Order: sequence, then structure tokens, then C-alpha cells
Amino acid sequence: MAIKGFKNHPYIPNSVPEVQQEMLKEIGLNSLEELHAEVPEELKLKENMNLPKAFQSEYELRRHVEGLLKKNKSCNEYLNFLGAGCWQHYVPAICDEINSRGEFLTAYGGEAYNDFGRFQSLFEYQSLMAELVDMEVVNVPTMDWAQAAATAVRMASRIVDRKEVLVPRAMDPEKFLIMKNYCDPDITLIPVDYDKDTGLMDLEDLKNKLSSKTAAVYFENPSYLGFIEVNGQKISDMAHEVGALSVVGVDPSSLGVLEPPVRYGANIVCGDLQPLGIHMNYGGGQAGFIATMDEEKYVMEYPSRLFGIAPTIVEGEYGFGDVAYDRTSFGNHREHGKEYVGTQAALWGITAGVYLATMGPRGMEELGQNILQKSQYAINRLNSIKGVIGSRFNTVNFKEFVVDFNATGKTVKEINRELLAKGIFGGKDLSSEFPEMGQCALYCVTEIHTKTDIDRLITAIEEILHS
Amino acid sequence: MKKLGLIINPIAGMGGSVGLKGTDGVLDKALELGAIPRAPLRGKKALEELLDIKDEIEILTCSGDMGEHVALELGFNTRLVHIQTSDSTSNEDTQIAAKNMLNENVDLILFAGGDGTARDIYNAVADKAVVIGIPAGVKIHSPVYAQNPSKAGQLAKLYLTEKIDKIQEVEVLDIDEEAYRAGKVNTSLYGYLKIPFERKFVQNRKAGTPMSQEASQNLISLDIIDNMEDGVYYIVGPGTTTRPIMKNLDLPYTLLGVDVVLNKEIYAIDVTEKQLIDITENNKCKLIITPIGGQGYLFGRGNQQLSPKVLNAIGKENIIVAATKEKLSELKGNPFLVDTGDEKTDEMLSGYIKVITGYREKTIYKIKA
Amino acid sequence: MKRINRNFKVRNFHQAKWDEPIIFELSNKGERGILVPKAEEEIEKTVGDGLSALPENMKRKEAPNLPEISQPRVLRHYMRLSQETLGADVNIEIGQGTCTVKYSPKINEALARLPEMTELHPLQDESTVQGILEIMYKTDLYMREISGMDRFTFQPSGGSQAIMTMASIVRNYFREKGEEEQRDEIITTIYSHPSDAAAPAVKGYKIIYIHPDEEGYPDFEAFKEAVSERTAAFIVANPEDTGVYNPRVKEFTELVHKAGGLCCYDQANANGLLGITRAKEAGFDMCFFNLHKTFSTPHGCGGPAVGATGVTKALEKYLPAPLIDYDGEKYFLNYEVTNNPYSIGKVRLFNGVAPVVLKAYAWIMSMGAEGLYEVAKVAVLNNNYLFKKLMEIDCVDAPYIRGKQRVEQVRYSLEKLTKDTGITTGDIQRRMMDFGMHYWTSHHPYYVPEPATLEPTETPSKEDLDEYIETLKHIFKEAYESPEIIKTAPHRSVCHQIDESGMDDPEKWAITWRTYLKKYKE
Repeated sequence: MAIKGFKNHPYIPNSVPEVQQEMLKEIGLNSLEELHAEVPEELKLKENMNLPKAFQSEYELRRHVEGLLKKNKSCNEYLNFLGAGCWQHYVPAICDEINSRGEFLTAYGGEAYNDFGRFQSLFEYQSLMAELVDMEVVNVPTMDWAQAAATAVRMASRIVDRKEVLVPRAMDPEKFLIMKNYCDPDITLIPVDYDKDTGLMDLEDLKNKLSSKTAAVYFENPSYLGFIEVNGQKISDMAHEVGALSVVGVDPSSLGVLEPPVRYGANIVCGDLQPLGIHMNYGGGQAGFIATMDEEKYVMEYPSRLFGIAPTIVEGEYGFGDVAYDRTSFGNHREHGKEYVGTQAALWGITAGVYLATMGPRGMEELGQNILQKSQYAINRLNSIKGVIGSRFNTVNFKEFVVDFNATGKTVKEINRELLAKGIFGGKDLSSEFPEMGQCALYCVTEIHTKTDIDRLITAIEEILHS
Repeated sequence: MKKLGLIINPIAGMGGSVGLKGTDGVLDKALELGAIPRAPLRGKKALEELLDIKDEIEILTCSGDMGEHVALELGFNTRLVHIQTSDSTSNEDTQIAAKNMLNENVDLILFAGGDGTARDIYNAVADKAVVIGIPAGVKIHSPVYAQNPSKAGQLAKLYLTEKIDKIQEVEVLDIDEEAYRAGKVNTSLYGYLKIPFERKFVQNRKAGTPMSQEASQNLISLDIIDNMEDGVYYIVGPGTTTRPIMKNLDLPYTLLGVDVVLNKEIYAIDVTEKQLIDITENNKCKLIITPIGGQGYLFGRGNQQLSPKVLNAIGKENIIVAATKEKLSELKGNPFLVDTGDEKTDEMLSGYIKVITGYREKTIYKIKA
Repeated sequence: MKRINRNFKVRNFHQAKWDEPIIFELSNKGERGILVPKAEEEIEKTVGDGLSALPENMKRKEAPNLPEISQPRVLRHYMRLSQETLGADVNIEIGQGTCTVKYSPKINEALARLPEMTELHPLQDESTVQGILEIMYKTDLYMREISGMDRFTFQPSGGSQAIMTMASIVRNYFREKGEEEQRDEIITTIYSHPSDAAAPAVKGYKIIYIHPDEEGYPDFEAFKEAVSERTAAFIVANPEDTGVYNPRVKEFTELVHKAGGLCCYDQANANGLLGITRAKEAGFDMCFFNLHKTFSTPHGCGGPAVGATGVTKALEKYLPAPLIDYDGEKYFLNYEVTNNPYSIGKVRLFNGVAPVVLKAYAWIMSMGAEGLYEVAKVAVLNNNYLFKKLMEIDCVDAPYIRGKQRVEQVRYSLEKLTKDTGITTGDIQRRMMDFGMHYWTSHHPYYVPEPATLEPTETPSKEDLDEYIETLKHIFKEAYESPEIIKTAPHRSVCHQIDESGMDDPEKWAITWRTYLKKYKE
């Protein structure tokens, strides 16, 4: 026998040879080799695959993986100022407690009866998120912000039956690539320029690019580069004037203090849940949300599942179910509600729900204020360094800001390398994404940064530049 | 107060109970053989489901065994809209009663019978009333009938209490009883009736959202319209699947007949075989056809205009079959059937065909002669 | 005191029911769930309250209407909801066919929750993430060995996104060859996952479905009718959701290649094939594995997940960037391979769902080649044992290949039971809940009448399988003797039958608590 199995494996109860014999006998076979009779011999492997030998104990496995992970330097160990779509926030212990519960962690496709808690917690997540964005409908989470934005513009395209979407040129280029691939070959994304001084969307360029072909204008608040797009209402109005929708991406950690996009004309809102109680996980904590008002024309275009509350046959008992499960497209447009759904990021939805319930209105407000203060402080202190401009754009920022190092004579790459040596992750180097800005970096400051942390960054940069 | 029409065809099912495969035209023989009426009992079973809402409904029905007896027996508020004149009920009684109910603006007609009864109801009300069939006859091919009498009653209750408000059109099918008794099944499509559409428990929570039948049919029609070529005569066969083509083009149509479209305009309506021969002989034509639900007949059932001669003139490559995926699933893996009456034509048609099952979506399906 | 009788046939089960309010109903003004760090005094002195910097039109005027709840109450609420959820950790998970719900080892979860994993920012300097890069790179290598493909990406965060990724690669491949317009059709089968059609449709493809022949194999004659110079790709699962393995799969892929198309393998059903047969030998150009199914990472109520997508060398350049690579000294993010206009760019932010990859890596390392082979053998053994036992029951049938083996799952039919008793497969599903078990029917439409799809995986023991079988038998008996109890089920689950009649009605549906309050004033 060329191929060997792993008998008495702790995860496989029926790997016990005696049990296997008993079961084989029951189905009229003599050996395990006689299984897979339907697979033709020429397609079968003739020997074991070339993989490392299995660890012989759980302890050895733990030692091995821990050893590998020790090669990482986490943001617990280093002081981190990276953001750019994945942000370091404080994760309340209760969030991990809940999403570690085996019942949630290992549930999947049951019904609203036996997976009741999953339905209720996701319904609650939708409801909590709806309050935060001040809208009426929120979906069960999708993969990430980029996917949510891509889906949102596809929804918009179906609703108004048009094929062009305007997006800010100052958006995350990687998010742009994801949206572009998801929209290709149906929908064209057209970048709208930004104002060099403020970062804001260039309204003149926007006006020139808007037409009767425009399905939607997509913009973000706070934007990728951290500034607040203060012309939200104007942009929405201009979109609406040509019959297009306003689609706004938003960082939910800002919504305790920033006006929700629906108040400046957004028709569809999307964003990422990762700031809401989910660890960065090397980018594995992202999860996307989409929100609209409770109008049939919007609801029917969601490709996602929408959990609704429903009565049961017993009065005073809650039940849950899928709203508009046979979701059909409105009108006669050819591109019907055919985007797929499947496994996406439900556990992060439950977690975001726990986070919002724990934070409450005061918590979200304080969080927003705290981030504003600390990021303003950081900008302020950076400005004090000779040759450094704390914020390249003369607009207000939330959480992130573009630090301009052009006058320092050093590249961001050089500065970051030296910061790294001092145990600091400097902001994201923007020099290849936005070459027109020269040597700039995107810094992120959140509630986890103390004054000491920020001062330490300042001292480090000063040392790098001036010693 | 809701108005519920109740029609029981008391003789329905009697033929079957004595092995006669249907009661149409052989009632006397059935009675002779000792058949006992069972439809009233089944009607009663359905009505029992409505006892909870007894105070909220008025039953409009016919005298005696045609409804009055069971309605009174269960204590319903009952009013007669038709009185039988002869001892034995006829098709006419059913039709007159149904028409009277229509005039009374009933909310729903509940009727007990078989395929023959459904045809009578269709002849009387067509698409002007919402109905539910209580299965009581020998032949139950029409999906207008609920699975069993209790289910019919439950569905009626849901509809009358406004728990469901969606309507679905379903086929009225019947087979030729004489032929059936001779061992041959010839099903024909007679029309469509409206029934309440019940949302079943959602059982498929893992995949994407399936579409409603209406939406699927609409998308199929959009696919066909988008691919229509100028100068080609499109011969549109009967059925609800092909109807959205005409509706989306905003053209007049016959649901049960064959219509012809040229350059997206109506060319001829409800054409005969002879007209089709004229058209197909000299022009490039395409035929749009849908199989009969549950059986899969493409030709030879309910569309005799599409004769072997017409089909040969059109050619297999010009036949466009349209069917929703649900309709295909109802065939349970059985192939499409053709029975044109001409072996050579059947042979020409058999093999595989591309079926339009959605917008930009086809299914390869087998045709058997 | 007497012991519990362990010779029970069916379990005396009742699910937890807490009757927990909706979270908003727990709100008490003034309660706090957590305190947020405040800015230090000096910061406040320097920049003020922070808020006044905001332009007036951007300031939030009304605080979000979130509930105000103390921490113990929030915790208790969610603990109770978790208890009302039937995760794989607490039940004999056989009933969720096509989902491969197996044991998710706790050690893997514990490792993935270490701060050296959770507290990594995706843009950190490569030198500070060598551990996770090594894990991802090696998992790529192992996936290559398991599939025969030449390079994997972990960006797709679910099976459907993996299919979308494959369809995107197909499009860009033909775009480069100048055949994009001509090749606009993708062929799949009705028993492959619905996303095998839905995702390519998003990428603008026309879909052609193939039905099975009488034996349940994709109909090769129909397939020949479908393949043409318009064929861009064939996307198929094998075994399909019926558990039937298509032994002629190579003929299918050869035919597509001859016509110039590509072949994509949906390996969502790979659990029974690990170490037995591979995508490469069957002639596929691409494939994907659901790490959250076959490779044991927990489903998390529906994600986060990974649809690890692998391609042959020739298709590597179309993958999303970056790939994870090793130069002999260090691990790094490789943007070079995909640095061309025909790469599909990106499908997920950053580098994929790393903790899921880590858990899959740990699982492979606890299995080795011999363990993966054992997984496949036992999954198939368990399935065929269950199959044999269930087919002995009069009202159970399974269409197609009679007397032959199924791979890792079977799609059964209860058509006879329904005809005999009026009890449908959906009724059985609800009744199974009264015994703490899942039971899944099928995707729509039901090509197999009254379907049930069961997939035991390698996780249950023989006793578990027997308990599941006995429970089904018990319910079938009820169907004939006391169908009412089934029709009105569930009785011992968290809630009673749900009235879904309002769920399609815009006037009645309530997707959030605020719309509920708006539509249902008491």
C-alpha cells in the first residue's frame, strides 16, 4: 500500500481501525481503499502528498506556530501610526468574549429557529448600525468596504439604469482597483480630480463629468486622505440634478461627532466595520456595510441578506426571517439582482453590534471627540518640527492626515526606516500612490494614542531629521 | 365582512371510485356501479379550516349538495346565489353559480371538483376572480388545486384574513377523458386561473436570492426581445411564459393562441395552421414556445396550429424554447416531449435544444419523441 | 440515584430559550457599557475640545439613538443569544449538506487570537511580519501540493468571491488574447453551486447550464452541444451537490481546452477527495478551496472566510496583487508577477483574511499528508454508511447512480414520504430542530423532489451517525402516525413557527428596530 492514513487521530473519531472495519462491513466493503471507487484510477494519486509530517501533539503544534508568530512585531510592541483603511482602535474585551463563543463561532446556515441567536444578533447589528448612520436599512455584512462600495454603485446603476460612476481621484487606489474589477465590464468608473490645497473634490471637474449617463457619484467622509469632505451636500445636489444617486463611504468611528451622510443627501451609504470592536488581524478584520432608507426600490436591489423581525404563532414571541427573500429587480433593466451572496463576514457584524451596544451614544461621541483632539494635537506638534507640515491640506481632518515631509530633504521611506529602528511604524508612504504630492505620508491617530505616544513620535522624527 | 363563494361539484370523483377514470359523460354508469359522492365531504373538510373566522365571512353558495348543506351544517352565515333546477348537477350549474358570484364581487371562490370543474370555473370567471380548488375529482392535473382539502381551507383562510395578498396565475389543464380511458394521456391547456400565492417557509438560506416566477419570465422575455432580428417573423406560442414578450413590446396577444410578431410589431394574432403555413413558406421565421408545465410537451398538446408542416418549414434551429428553471425542475429530469402526429417531424425535433431560462442564460435540454 | 438511560434512540432535547428583548429595549438612560479614554489635559489645553474645529454643517446635531446599557447587561444579552444558536460545537453537524461543517480545533482558534496575529497592521514593514508571511507562503505551498496548481491567492474572502475571481481571470485572459468579445459564455451544471453561475454573470458572462443524464452525471452529449468557440470557461463542482463524482471529468476539460476555453474547478466539495485526486490531473486551469469548510476554520455564522484560489503557472500573471513569496532569505509581498495590465488588480483590501489562513495552516500541520488522506477516507466512509442506513428506510430515496458510492454527501429525496403523508422535506427540517439537529434541503429550484442534503464529514463518530439516523427514523414514523406534531414543529426550539407573511410586503417588513417601531405602533 503506497498511501497511508493517520489512525486514531484526535479530530477523527472514526479513524479507529476497529470501527472502520465494522462500518466497512456494514456497507459491504473490505477496506478503505475500496472507497472512492467512482474516481478513475488514472486520476488517483498513487502515494501520499508531499507535505510536512504532522505534529504528534497539540503542544508541539502550539510551540511551532507560536514560534512563527514571535517573528512578528505587533502593534502592541511597536507604536503604530498606520491607518489607510485598517485602523488600530481599542477593542473592548466584551467584543472578543462574544465572538469567541463557540455557538456563534461555529454556527453557519441554520434556520431562525435553531440559529435564533444568530438571527437576532444580526438583526440587532443592522438596527444599531442604522442608528449610527441614521438610515433605515442595513445589510448583513459583506467582505470589506471596497466590496460594499462596489456593490453600492452596482445597486445605484441598476436603480437609475445608467453605467457611469464618478469617484474621487483622491481615494484609496487599491479600493479603486477592487471596485473597478467588480464593475468590469459593465460599469465605468471615472475619477474626479481633487483640489490641491484642500483635497476636496474639484467641483468644476465634477460638473464637467456629470451627465445623463452618470449613475452615481461616490465619495467618502472622512476621505482616504483623512480630510473631511465638507461639500457633501453640494456634491449630492449636483448628482441629484442629473438624476444620479449620491453614494457615500464612511468611517463609522467618526459618526459620534460627524453628521451622517444621509443629512447631506446620501442615497446609499457604505463603509467598513473594522473600527467597531474588531482587531486589525493583518487586514483580516475588514467587513463592509451598506445602508439605505426603507424604500422598496432600494431594498430590492440589495444582493445581501436582510434579516427582518417577524411574529410567531405565539403572541408576544419574536421571530426572524429573510426580508424579500425572492428579491426581484424593479422595472425592466437587464442587469437583475444577480450579484451573488454567500459566506462573507457575519461574525464581524455581530461583533460590531456588541461594540455599538457597549459604547452607546455617549461612547461614540467621546470616541469621536477624543480622536479629533488627539489627531489635532499630533498635527499641531508635527507642525512644530522644522521642515514638516503636519497636515498638507488646509481642511479639517478626522483620525488621519497627510504629513508633508518634502522640505525635510528626506524621503518618507528613509524616515520610516529610521522610525522602525526606534520601534515606531510611521504613516503610510504616499509617494508612489500620489507622486504629485512628493514625499508625504498618511498618519493615523486614534483614541489608543496617549500624549506620551504622540510626543514620542515627535521626538523620534526630530531626532531623525535634525541630529 | 368577506364574501366567500363556495361551489361543490357533488359528482366529482365518483367515476374514479368505481374505476372509471373520470366522471365526464359517464355519471349514470358510475351511479349504477354504486359510486358515492365524496366531494361534499372534502368540501366540508376545507371549510372546517375556516371555522375560526366564521364571524368574519359570508358564504355565497348553491343549493343542496352544491354547497348549501355543508355550509349550514358547519353553521356558516350562508346565502344562495344559485338554485339547481334539475336533480343532477351539470356543468352549467357550476358556470352559472360562478358567474353569479362574480356579480356579487366575492373575495374568493372555493370550489371542489376535478379538472373538468376547473375548466367550468375558468369558462365562467377567467381572470376576473381569485379561486382555490379543493381536490375532489378523479383527474387533478391543474395546479389550481391545493395539495389536499385542509390545505385548500388553510390557504383560503390566509387569503381572507389578508395574511397573503399575492396572486399567481396557474394553468387549467385537462385531459381528454375518452382517450384517457383508452389508455392515452392527451393533456390540453385551457386557460389560466388566479390563485393566492403562499410564501412557503424559506428553506434555502445559504444561496443567493432566487427569483419569483414572474420576474424570471420577464427576464426571459427581455433576452428574447434583445435578440430579435428585423425582418424575421416571430411566431409566439401560447402560455404565461411567452406572454411578457408581448407585454414588454406592448402588443396585443392571445394567451392560448399563436401570435406573430414582425419588427417588434404585431403581424397577426391568433393565427391558424393555414396562416402559419403561408407565413413560414416564404419567410424566415422563428418560433418561440414553452413546454406544458409538469409534463414537458413542446408540441402536440394545446398548440395544434403548430403542425408538422409548419414545424418543418420553420426548422429546429429556429425554435426558441423558453422556460423558467422552476418549470424545468418540475419535469423531474424527464425530457421534453413532442407528439406532432408525424414520426419524421418528431424525429427531426428530438435531440438537444437550448432553452432560454433567464436573461443571458440558457440550459441545454433533451427532447424525446 | 439512577443514571440517565444511555440506550435512548432519540434525545430528550430542549434548546435554550431566554425570551431576550431586542437590545434597544434594554436601554436605561444614563447607563454606560464602557468608558472611553479621554484626551489628556495638556492636549485639551493645546487644541481645545476638538469639536469646534469642525465646520458647523459637518457636526452631528443629534446623538445617534443607540441604547444605553451597562456592561453586565450587554454581556448577558449576547451570552443568552449565543446559547440560542446551534453552532457546530454543540450539535452533531451532519445536516448542513454542501457546507462541510467539521470540527474547528480550539488550539487553532487560540493561536489565531494571539496578539502577534490580531495586532498586526497590514501595511507594517515586511521585516516585522515575517511570521505571518511565512505561514501564508507555506499554506500556499501546501495548497499547491493538494491541488496540483502552481500559485494561490488568499484574497477572496469566501467561495462566491473566489468564483468571481476565477471569472475575472477568465475575462482578462481572453482580453489579452483579443477574444474577449467572442468568448462570452460560461458553462456550468445545475448541481454545481448557484454562485458558479451568479458570479460569472456579474462579470458579464452568459450562462449555459447542463442537466445531468439519467445516472446523475453531467450529460456529456448536452455538454458537446454547449461547447463552442464562444466558450470562455467551464466552471463545475465535482462531486456535485448530489455527491456523484463525474468519472469522465477529464473528457469534459479536454473538450473545453480543444475549443480554446478554460476550466475552473469549484472545490467546495473537496473534503472527500483530499489526497485522493487533484484539480491538475483532472485537467483544470484553476480551482479554489473554502478554508472555512474543507480546512476546518469555523464558519462564524457566515464569515470571515477564505476561498483560496489557485491557478496554473500560465495564469499566475492574472492573479490579484500582491502574491506572497520567498526569496530564500525572507518572505515578501510580490507585486512583480502581477505587474501587467491584465492582472485583475485586487479583490479584497490588503492581503486576505490572514487569521483564517493561519487556522488552516495549523490544521494542515496537525494532519500531514496521512491525516488529510484519513479525512477523505473517513468522510466518505461516514457518508456511505449514512447513505446505506438511510436507503434502507422505505420512504427515503436518492435519485441517480444506483448501487454505487457517493463521495462526501448525498442529496436524498423524500418524495414518497410526501406523497404518503403530506409531510414535506421542509416540515422535516423544522421537526429535526426539536432534537437539536440541522437538516438542509437544497438550493432552489428543487431538481430532486423533496430534497435533503446531508454531509457528515469526518467529524461525527459512528454513535453520532446512528443517533442522527434514529432521529430521522423517529420523525418518519411520526409522519405516518401523528403528522400533526411535525406540521406544527418546532416545539422545543427557541421559538415557534414564524409568520413570514409580512416579509415580502414593504408595508410590513422591518429590517431594523427603528422601522419596526415606525410600522408597528402599539
